Amino acid sequence: MTVLFGVFLLTLMVITALAMVHTKHLFVAVVLSGIFSLLMAANFFLLDAADVALTEAAIGAGISTVLFLGALALTGEHEHSRSSNRFVALGVVVVTTLIVIYATFDKPRFGDPMAPVHQHVAPWYFDTTREAIDIPNVVTAVLASFRGYDTLGEVFVVFTAGIGILFLFSVSPPSRKPIPQPGSKGIQQNFKRTLAKAKDTEVAEESEGLRHFLIPRVVGRLLIPFILLFGLYVQFHGDYGPGGGFQAGAIIAAAIILYALLEGEAQALRVIPQSVLTGLIAGGALLYGAVGIATILLGGNFLDYSVLAADPIAGQHIGIIVIEAGVGITVTGVLLSIFHAFAGRRRI
Amino acid sequence: MIDWSVHLPALQVIVPMLTAPLALLLRPRGLAWAAALAASLFAFAIAIMLTLGVLNGQTFTYQMGNWPAPYGIELGVDAFSALLLLVITGASALALLGGRRSLDADIEEERQPLFYAAWLLALAGLVGIPVAADAFNVFVFMEISSLASYVLIAGGRDRRALPAVFKYLIMGTIGATFYLIGVGLIYLMTGTLNLADMALRIQEVADQKPILVAAGFITIGLALKAAVFPLHVWLPNAYTHAPNVVTVFLGACATKVSLYLLLRFDFFVFQPNLVGHELQFSYFLMPLAVLAILIGSGVALFETNLKRLFAYSSVAQIGYILLGASLISAAGLTASVVLMFNHALAKGTLFLAITCLAMRHSGLHLNNIADAAKHMPWTMGAFVVAGFSLVGVPGTAGFISKWYLITAALEQGTIGIALIAVIVASSLMALVYVWRVIEPAYFGDAKPDAQDFETATTREAPSVLLAVTWVAALANIYYGLAPSLPVTLSSNAAEILLRYVP
Repeated sequence: MTVLFGVFLLTLMVITALAMVHTKHLFVAVVLSGIFSLLMAANFFLLDAADVALTEAAIGAGISTVLFLGALALTGEHEHSRSSNRFVALGVVVVTTLIVIYATFDKPRFGDPMAPVHQHVAPWYFDTTREAIDIPNVVTAVLASFRGYDTLGEVFVVFTAGIGILFLFSVSPPSRKPIPQPGSKGIQQNFKRTLAKAKDTEVAEESEGLRHFLIPRVVGRLLIPFILLFGLYVQFHGDYGPGGGFQAGAIIAAAIILYALLEGEAQALRVIPQSVLTGLIAGGALLYGAVGIATILLGGNFLDYSVLAADPIAGQHIGIIVIEAGVGITVTGVLLSIFHAFAGRRRI
Repeated sequence: MIDWSVHLPALQVIVPMLTAPLALLLRPRGLAWAAALAASLFAFAIAIMLTLGVLNGQTFTYQMGNWPAPYGIELGVDAFSALLLLVITGASALALLGGRRSLDADIEEERQPLFYAAWLLALAGLVGIPVAADAFNVFVFMEISSLASYVLIAGGRDRRALPAVFKYLIMGTIGATFYLIGVGLIYLMTGTLNLADMALRIQEVADQKPILVAAGFITIGLALKAAVFPLHVWLPNAYTHAPNVVTVFLGACATKVSLYLLLRFDFFVFQPNLVGHELQFSYFLMPLAVLAILIGSGVALFETNLKRLFAYSSVAQIGYILLGASLISAAGLTASVVLMFNHALAKGTLFLAITCLAMRHSGLHLNNIADAAKHMPWTMGAFVVAGFSLVGVPGTAGFISKWYLITAALEQGTIGIALIAVIVASSLMALVYVWRVIEPAYFGDAKPDAQDFETATTREAPSVLLAVTWVAALANIYYGLAPSLPVTLSSNAAEILLRYVP
């Protein structure tokens, strides 16, 4: 039965991918990519990788789609004329695909318990997690403790992406730069301009968001607390079930983005201003790093949580909870900043 | 009392990495720069300590989170990685120290905290790769360094940087993805990500298809990131349109980190285990190296934009580094690693001198620098030293690396003679393209219409930048006369690389 589902989902994915390549309409391509991610998430779920499925659904299907749409709002909806080296690209893709298929001929059978991946490090992870960390979710144990340094790195990848977007989008387009004018007349004019601008933004805010659509607004507002609650659940329940900081961060960001879509982006920025977001971005990454520094100061290696408490198991628990919080904070901050960078661009 | 020396391999990465979020929060003008410079200098000091340790026969390994390898992540520093760490942290420290004024002109004040945070992340990502002893950990740091480099290159006022970065982003992402596919296939067959453990466990499955395909994906992916000819197309424009100081930093070390990884992965994991892989490595890369040397130098002969000229020269230099490695001999690998060090010195100095020129000249075009030596004698002096080092004139660092390369080629018999002919021909080409800059600068006449403007405004570059440029230029001479540090590290590195090759 699972195999049947798997084949069905994979077929749908191939169809979606082909449609995505074929379409010239970028809006359609974005929607299709969202569908592709959802199918992928379902596939991961079939493979019992619930943590990955959750991430894919939240980030791949959810946030990425919103960001793509944000980018589309700044550009056109239609693809430009095809570039000349399309056939080179097609050739590379076909050759790569064939080689990857060739590589699968000798791979271990699907689900084979004797496959190397199940025989080497995995059994050690299962045994040690029980002994040294004592949480039921081994995936979280691997991510947050055994390979915590990689996860720190991934948080910094997210952090770098956030910095990149903020950096590139913080240049205002040259045409709208205010021209400084000396003298009292200038001040007067400036004042007038500010007034006019204030009026403009008010008007803009009125028409922003879905304020005039009663039903989506009411339903959306009802949903937001539940999404936030679910985000917190995923954040703090990651040791026991599927979840963790990356997924939780994406879910919480999704709730606030929904608020921004309903009430207008300016209102969302009033609730959580950009300066707070910058603080979140830096703060989460620093929190994670600070745990590592603390473990060195307490006499352990970097990210050796066992020294955080008298009992090593308790230390591991504390370490994992704190670093997961750091991950969640940074991911929320970065995703919201990226959203505002795109959405704010439209107003300029 | 905590023994910090135990933590050196971790601190090497963590210091710049954790300074990045701090730099983001520093508002008043200049503080972010100061933080980035302090972290760079600190990282440089750590790299020196690690190098001294390695020279004393110490081996550094570090278990992250105190979990034993291969279950946890291991860090390790040996002679090869120490040399890379010196180059990366040194380039970052010098570029930041000298480049403040230039960066102030390139980056608006309100964007500077973001810029310096990205700089620190690029630094952390680049040093993260040489200290990592884990294939996936390498990928994570490759992501950090690549993303941060895209930001740095797109950072200036030159809007042409944006399409250049987009191309770099696409190519870089393909390269990193290929690497990841390769690592995934190896993990599928061996169940491990630790490089040493991988080398052991790959033996049993070495002849199977996934491993062969993995070797191909990893080699091509890393070759893309290292700008190996003909996968170099992203490099010239990316280096040309980046802010000058960014070109100094990345031009000195970015592609070398990918080359380092290519050599380490290939010599540690594939060559001892795949039958005949060393020959495949040699036959595949040697022709590419020769083509890179000839075509890179050839294009540089006709370039008129200074930065693009030396970007193409980098393509040729990457060819030299690969050529040494493709000989698969102790002498060849020593030459290859010495070249990494000496080319970083020469190219770093050249781009520093170009930064000096850019402070006073509006365009970095060969026509615009006529008479530059009259107004900026010190800048042009440093330029000449670095240019000679690039050519390989005796008494400069570049001569040492060419000498080692030619010695290594001589061991190879007939094909060696042909290779030496290539090396000599391309050195002459280098002499020509360096001379094409020197000639107008020293002997050219400033255009009459530009005369009034130029004499009124052009003067020597800011003193700090000039001092830094000269420190780098003098290093070219020092390591040309007393090359024991890079040579010792390189021959140790060659020994380490060849230890497992049958």
